Amino acid sequence: MEFFVQLLIDGLTLGGMYALIALGFTLVYGILLMINFAHAEMFMTGGFIGYGVLNLLGSESTIATVSDTLPFMSFLQSTQPFFTTTAVGFILMMLLTFGISAVLTGLLGITIERFAYRPLRNSPRLCALISALGMSLFLQNFVLLAVGHRMVFPTPEFLANLDAVPLFGAIRIAPIDLIIFITCLVLLFTLDRFVSKTKLGKAMRATSQDKDAAGLMGININSVIALTFFIGPALGAVAGTFFGLKYGVVTFNMGLFPGIKAFTAAVLGGIGNLRGAMLGGFLIGVLEALASGYISIAYRDVITFAILILILIFRPGGLLGESVVEKV
Amino acid sequence: MLLSVKDLHTSYGKIRAIKGISFDVAEGEIVTLIGANGAGKSTTLRTLSGLESPHEGSITFNGEDITGMKPHDITKKSLIQVPEGRRVFPQMTVAENLDMGAFLRNDKENIKEDYERVLTFFPRLQERKNQKAGTLSGGEQQMLAMGRALMAKPKLLTLDEPSMGLAPVIIEVIFEIILKLNEEGITILLIEQNANLALGISDRGYVMETGIIKLSGTGEELLANEEVRKAYLGED
Ligand SMILES: Nc1ncnc2c1ncn2[C@@H]1O[C@H](COP(=O)(O)OP(=O)(O)OP(=O)(O)O)[C@@H](O)[C@H]1O
Ligand SMILES: [Mg+2]
Repeated sequence: MEFFVQLLIDGLTLGGMYALIALGFTLVYGILLMINFAHAEMFMTGGFIGYGVLNLLGSESTIATVSDTLPFMSFLQSTQPFFTTTAVGFILMMLLTFGISAVLTGLLGITIERFAYRPLRNSPRLCALISALGMSLFLQNFVLLAVGHRMVFPTPEFLANLDAVPLFGAIRIAPIDLIIFITCLVLLFTLDRFVSKTKLGKAMRATSQDKDAAGLMGININSVIALTFFIGPALGAVAGTFFGLKYGVVTFNMGLFPGIKAFTAAVLGGIGNLRGAMLGGFLIGVLEALASGYISIAYRDVITFAILILILIFRPGGLLGESVVEKV
Repeated sequence: MLLSVKDLHTSYGKIRAIKGISFDVAEGEIVTLIGANGAGKSTTLRTLSGLESPHEGSITFNGEDITGMKPHDITKKSLIQVPEGRRVFPQMTVAENLDMGAFLRNDKENIKEDYERVLTFFPRLQERKNQKAGTLSGGEQQMLAMGRALMAKPKLLTLDEPSMGLAPVIIEVIFEIILKLNEEGITILLIEQNANLALGISDRGYVMETGIIKLSGTGEELLANEEVRKAYLGED
């Protein structure tokens, strides 16, 4: 029982990250009917930016190197102790790390859409797909050359000193897992509310259902698409930064497997469906954790994908995929 | 003139759908475009709304050149279209669809008033407020599409075959509402296959044929015209 709950916790944190990435796939697919292969690289880039920001705020040696070349950055030397030793500082550092990583990666997403996808919007669909693959390779190699193939992600001292949180019995949850799980839930909930209740969110839904009609309502389609390409990568970046914090390392090709899993999650939930992507993400995370715990880590992916195929045989549109409403 | 179209050309790749049409609509009028399938009627409305860009010619609306503007900018000018095939947002509720019509407006109080007004025009929508638009019947979807357009406070309302596929009773309701809207001061540009009905309520009409305007005149003139009677009213 304890073992099961422990696996469940692992699965849910992993699943939360998958869900965050899956949303990016599903949002873009919902609006452009395009599979954004470069999305996994948003996760990776986000992780690297998170790595950079965290070092810049908390690592004495990084700050010293940076201040040598950019003297105006030397103020970081005085804020470093605050960020690394106090609780408030730690929370602030986390918010800054995730915030900056999300915003920069979101802007990268907008840029990619503007220059790599928009010019191809009226071309055959394969063109945008190839362009996305190209973007993916470009970003991986860019990060590889500019930063390195593998970076050890710093663990903030404050986080390292936190004790595991007891749940019940002997079951404990690592602070980082708790943080990941809660943050994922908050973000998923916020996005869900945003899309269903706000004017801008409704504009996104309208655009994904009928672009021409949305334009006739006065919605600027290009702005909505840009917004979509901000939100998806921003959420992916949060997942990437969490990945770094949890596993202690970021690599230039770290997007590959989480990307495939998250894409699978989006398909499992019903691609284009936001809640589906969330559900799919958690399901895949939990399946994976249970499979590696009870059967074997080596067979983890085989089992996950076998179950995926089984589900899709019975529900080809995905778990929450709406049956296409016929237009009169 | 509220709307004035000069020598407009629009193509889909190599297919020339409209080849130099000119027409105009005065404030307060009901004007109808009739024509056979493929004549270029929808293309004309789509070009007016910015959904297609013309490669020649000009569109002047309310004294302003709107040629080549984006759909959302044209909607800002209060030139509102009820598109062919209704195009309601199928996964959104009736109420949300109406909200989308008011997307560019911020006058909350007046939006609420207009919302109530639309529901008095189309009581059927009231009962189905929380139903997904994709599950409505064809007639209800047409009412919703019109209601949604009204939420945008149109100065010129263009309607692309509002009677298509509807039962005669519903068509009558729709046309009555078109007349009522016109009496309230909304200028109407109507596309119809149902020439008899449409020309009957129109001040003026134009007959399109393979991308050009073949005939024009008042509603009565066109209804009396030999060619029109043969081609569109099924008389020999
Ligand atoms: N998206 C498109 N791509 C290519 N050709 C198109 C497209 N839309 C319309 N056409 C062509 O342009 C011409 C005019 O079409 P349009 O839809 O404007 O006609 P219409 O008068 O509205 O016909 P209907 O009464 O059937 O609605 C037709 O020959 C049609 O085949
Ligand atoms: Mg048509």
